[in-house]
Amino acid sequence: MNERYAPVGGKLLTPQFYFLGILVAIAVVIALYRFVFGIGAVANLNDGYPWGVWITWDVVTGTAIACGGYALAVLVYVFNRGRFHPMIRAALLTSVFGYTLAGLSIIVDVGRWWQLYNVFLPWYMNLHSVMLEVALCVTLYTVVLWIEFSPTILEAIHANRLLRWVRHGLFFFIGLGILLPTMHQSSLGSLLIIAGWKVHPLWQTTLIPLLFLLTAITMGYAIVVFESLYAAVNLKRPLETDMLARVSAVIPWLLIAYLVLRIGDIVIRGKAPLLLAGGAEPWLFAAETALFLYGIVMLLDKTRRCRPTSLFLAATAVLLGGSLYRFNAFLIAFDPGPGWHYFPGFGELMITVGIVAFEVMAYLFFVKKTPVLMAGHPPEDRVCKHANRQRPRAPGLHAGVTSA
Amino acid sequence: MSINRRGFLKGVAAGALTTLGTGALIEPADARPPKQLPPGAVGILYDATQCIGCKACEVACKAANDLPPELNSPLEQIHGVSGVWDASDDLDSRTMNKIKAYAAQAAADASGTPEVSYVKRACMHCVDPNCISACPVSALTKDPDTGIVGYNPDACIGCRYCQLACPFNIPKFEYDKPFPKIVKCQMCRDRIADGDIPACCAACPTGASLFGPVAELREEAHRRLAAKPGTSLTYPIHRLPEADAKPDPAAQKDAPAPAYTQHIYGETETGGTQYMLLADVPFDKLGLPRLGSESQARISETLQHALYGGMIAPTLLLGGLVYAAYKHTHEDAEEDGQDGDSSTDDPTPGGTPAKTDARRPGGRS
Repeated sequence: MNERYAPVGGKLLTPQFYFLGILVAIAVVIALYRFVFGIGAVANLNDGYPWGVWITWDVVTGTAIACGGYALAVLVYVFNRGRFHPMIRAALLTSVFGYTLAGLSIIVDVGRWWQLYNVFLPWYMNLHSVMLEVALCVTLYTVVLWIEFSPTILEAIHANRLLRWVRHGLFFFIGLGILLPTMHQSSLGSLLIIAGWKVHPLWQTTLIPLLFLLTAITMGYAIVVFESLYAAVNLKRPLETDMLARVSAVIPWLLIAYLVLRIGDIVIRGKAPLLLAGGAEPWLFAAETALFLYGIVMLLDKTRRCRPTSLFLAATAVLLGGSLYRFNAFLIAFDPGPGWHYFPGFGELMITVGIVAFEVMAYLFFVKKTPVLMAGHPPEDRVCKHANRQRPRAPGLHAGVTSA
Repeated sequence: MSINRRGFLKGVAAGALTTLGTGALIEPADARPPKQLPPGAVGILYDATQCIGCKACEVACKAANDLPPELNSPLEQIHGVSGVWDASDDLDSRTMNKIKAYAAQAAADASGTPEVSYVKRACMHCVDPNCISACPVSALTKDPDTGIVGYNPDACIGCRYCQLACPFNIPKFEYDKPFPKIVKCQMCRDRIADGDIPACCAACPTGASLFGPVAELREEAHRRLAAKPGTSLTYPIHRLPEADAKPDPAAQKDAPAPAYTQHIYGETETGGTQYMLLADVPFDKLGLPRLGSESQARISETLQHALYGGMIAPTLLLGGLVYAAYKHTHEDAEEDGQDGDSSTDDPTPGGTPAKTDARRPGGRS
């Protein structure tokens, strides 16, 4: 592994960066308004839908999308596929901000935020609570992610002694950094078990932790592919197609396992007739499944896997499918009974938009100023040589995405 | 060697997935035992057939719990006044106890009487409450003696998981306040501690809300269900009389027994509840969900305990993962040691990678 990382350099304060900054500023103002006047002043959350877009997107979906670091660490350190190590810093970067911002959004969402530390006080802890496990795991994992990511920052500020010190203990945090997401990504699904009849039977199952874990890992690989291609095009860097083709080869098998469990579970529980019932739920289920099937079809084939456009579309489909699965389970197919309705309010949405904007700003800052991305060209292992000869470039991808 | 280790590590990962899978499909035999009714459990039996809809219980509840009146209700907006009457549609953060009316729309049964009933909604004080299982910080607790589900705002973080977990949509949250609390009926636990009875039962003139020990209330409910419709039944008012007390004519009344729906709502629902209901219309018409006898808390905790019991599975998995990470980072260091002091992650800003011979033909540069 002769990999080198380097800052991308270039101008940080682009017009796009300022635009993102404005979105963050709006979100901060709205958040302050929320803290002065209460949650109801900005959000449409209510007693029937106590969890809205903040929990469903920022926490449940956001941390699943932030599973790139976790998914790649499983490949590199459990299955010893060291060839993927060059991509780990970029994956960790998306993870560290995905989780940190999810934690921040919790402070906005939670009503009695000034008492949040009660979660860490042993005399208040309820060890039966799924929420406690999620809260402790997510907090601890956020710290672990910062430790895992710290060599990048320490290199950038030339703190060499501290860097050496961190590296000696890093293996422990890598192990912990695989265990914790395994625990809380499954538990994010388990949160819904106690809601019972409020969650539509197509989504309510005791298998939900396994389904959430599988989709989270799959979304982790998908975001690695998505992020790499998007960054390569917009930061005008070489495409890492070879490596991405190899990483994405895992995705269809994970998705097939997921779909077998998901559909098998519905059949075994005798809920298959609901797929033909009226209402939006069967269609939502079909949309989820179609997105995953698209990912499977696109990525099962090696030729397509070596085409950046196909890779990008497939990764996007997997991310959308996993997100829709989470939105369906937590919000869309969640029905607390007659009379209750929820659609996020403007201020509520702007806080979420601001959080995403901040994540993108943080990504740009660290990629440009610290050694996150690989220096020079990605290592060539010729997995796509044949395919590349057929289609050396992917003009569609470059035309479709505007340059930052 | 390397293959063996690889195989072992695959085993670790497979083991983790299997643990999750089997945990999810755990047999009921290993399930957490259902919670039992506490010895001194007290509760309320609400008999909809005796309710006259006077809402004296609502007024008394607000007074006893210092709850503010409802403002800005649609009614008040229509009439352009405010604070004139206290009119909430349902339970909310200002109302812990609510009488609602049900009248079947086109409806008349065989005898020509339209189906009409009141229903009183408040916390059910479950024997095995989902909210208590859900709360991460033990802000909701069940009194070990009385079984009353109480709320401690000093512990609460306001995550509202209790709202999601409650099958009856009981806990309410003050979305309109900067320092909000959860609001729900706590069965006037301070009054009970003083030897008094809940305000709603004290205010109820007809005995529709009846306070007493849960076991005795269940007996009382079965006695009413067993009565032949039309025969005279004695209804205690406010509270069940002590077993050895002399009958007090002021504390009871006689009325013809109605044609009860042969079910005590809350006897088995979600593992049993300490607030129980009787009615002469089907309970789902009164907005009460159809629930099995097993609480979701039990299902959820069974799964969590299977996965995390004693933290054994996570600890084993952590050991395997740390070993794997140590081995694989250690190997890298050994390989890298040949290059001198620099480790794998050392950056060489602007420097070229060691292997530059194999540049991709399709890459942009």
